[in-house]
Amino acid sequence: MLTYLVRRVLIAIPVLLGITFITFALLHLTPGDPVRIMLATEQVTPEVAERLTEFYSLDKPWYVQYGRYLGNLLRGDLGVSITSRADIAASIANRLPNTILLAVSSMILALLIALPVGIISATHRNSIADYVSLTASMIGVSMPSFWLGLLLLLQFGLAWKILPIWGVGRLSNGLWDFISHLILPSVTMGTGLAALLARLTRASVLEVLTQDYIRTARAKGLKERIVLYRHALRNAIIPVITAAGLQLGYLLGGAVIVESIFSWPGLGRLTIQAIQKRDLPVIQISTLVFAIAFVLVTLLVDVLYTFIDPRIRYD
Amino acid sequence: MLLGFVICAIFADSIAPHDPLEMDLMSPFQKPGSPGHLLGTDNFGRDILSRLIYGSRISLTVGLVVVSIAAVLGSTLGLLSGYYGGAVDILVMRLVEVFAAFPFLILAVAVMAVLGPSIYNVMLVLGLVNWPIYARLVRSQVLTLRETPFVEAAKATGCSNGRIMFLHILPNCTSSLTVTAAMSIAGAILATAALGFLGLGVQPPTPEWGMMLNEGKDFLRRAPHMITYPGVAIMLIVLSLNFIGDGLRDALDPHLRS
Repeated sequence: MLTYLVRRVLIAIPVLLGITFITFALLHLTPGDPVRIMLATEQVTPEVAERLTEFYSLDKPWYVQYGRYLGNLLRGDLGVSITSRADIAASIANRLPNTILLAVSSMILALLIALPVGIISATHRNSIADYVSLTASMIGVSMPSFWLGLLLLLQFGLAWKILPIWGVGRLSNGLWDFISHLILPSVTMGTGLAALLARLTRASVLEVLTQDYIRTARAKGLKERIVLYRHALRNAIIPVITAAGLQLGYLLGGAVIVESIFSWPGLGRLTIQAIQKRDLPVIQISTLVFAIAFVLVTLLVDVLYTFIDPRIRYD
Repeated sequence: MLLGFVICAIFADSIAPHDPLEMDLMSPFQKPGSPGHLLGTDNFGRDILSRLIYGSRISLTVGLVVVSIAAVLGSTLGLLSGYYGGAVDILVMRLVEVFAAFPFLILAVAVMAVLGPSIYNVMLVLGLVNWPIYARLVRSQVLTLRETPFVEAAKATGCSNGRIMFLHILPNCTSSLTVTAAMSIAGAILATAALGFLGLGVQPPTPEWGMMLNEGKDFLRRAPHMITYPGVAIMLIVLSLNFIGDGLRDALDPHLRS
């Protein structure tokens, strides 16, 4: 077990290195002199340009630049935004919790919908309920989240005015303030995921129900409820949990869209704002943070997997 | 339904009631059903129906090109990686892991931001971001096919490695490739629309569905129909592609046949 964990972590290292290299290369994909482009919109003194050249070692060969970049990252020095002069590390630290909050609440919402719907759909196969849920989940998978977000915003925020459409709530303003701000963004983000997971739950339960041990349990004369809840679901849930974990990473990606619709002060919105201002260092670092978060989530899911499913032995 | 979109895309010139770029500043924000404009007009008085019809051309083209780039690149690398194994395999799979480690949209957004928005960059970037699925898929199939008697026979008759890979092994991967491709055209269309919505995709005044949503979101109260119909179009095309993908999978995947 321990050797597996160590190996799994070691495998993540070249991937992380590759990620840093791609984000490093991003800055150099820009046609022309990065410093000039970065500062195109501003009046810049030669000293400032020099400091930037110095920080990114732009006068050195690329491998020196990359080495410096890695060194700076490892020391936690993420540079400063060229438009606001703010410390990038600080603005990431400010916004990351909001994005995580949004992703987790969307995930919880998605699971709360997907699991019961998928299970009912599987146990009542070919019933009306099954067809309705299959159709609904197909629509849910196909619906672009940015469109759903706009429709929800229009209906609940602008027409009925029952939910806030802007920003994040504060617990100090009461629980409702906190939750009400979360509802629209989480529904927007969670719907597609709920649809996907419901389909997966259905397929997984159906597959488990054909297994021999289920027939044995039924043959013993156990009540159908006990067969379902105690025998079938425990196993059927494993692939769903794995998929959910992996999707958590994709949810982070969806944050770019949902956060920009609802002005949610998270990492996604930071990225979009940086793009609008062509703030290359911020784009570079926020992309990096997204990718690292994704790798860590995947790693965590893999490790948890070994605890959930004792049948899996890695050697 | 998909056929409908394809027809719209091909014959957009004769189907569309108006020129999608023609502005009529005297009649902006016409409600759906107003004379001459079945789905109304946008903030520049352009006919929304015509823009949607021309938009299907953009979405389908971008979807097809993206999937072609990704499938060709991915399957070639997957073939090489699975067939030769060893150092090639390790190199390609590490590359796959690195690319797969980025949330897909984030990488696309970042690269688009750096390269600058244009329809060609959209195709290129989405194609380059999408290839790892194909590489993984083809590689896993090659690994099993490599050991089969017909490949051994081909080797024994003196076929070159290239010939074995592309003429003997690749054709056996086509059924699963087709399913994945059908599904990922849907994904590519959604991603194109997402980039358009963020203002990083196809540039105005080209009628692209995601960008139409982006323009419409500034007039939510005044003209909600500006966001309703492009969204419906995206959903319908993605829905039909997903159904086709599902159907193909059921038809082509022998494991699911029972």
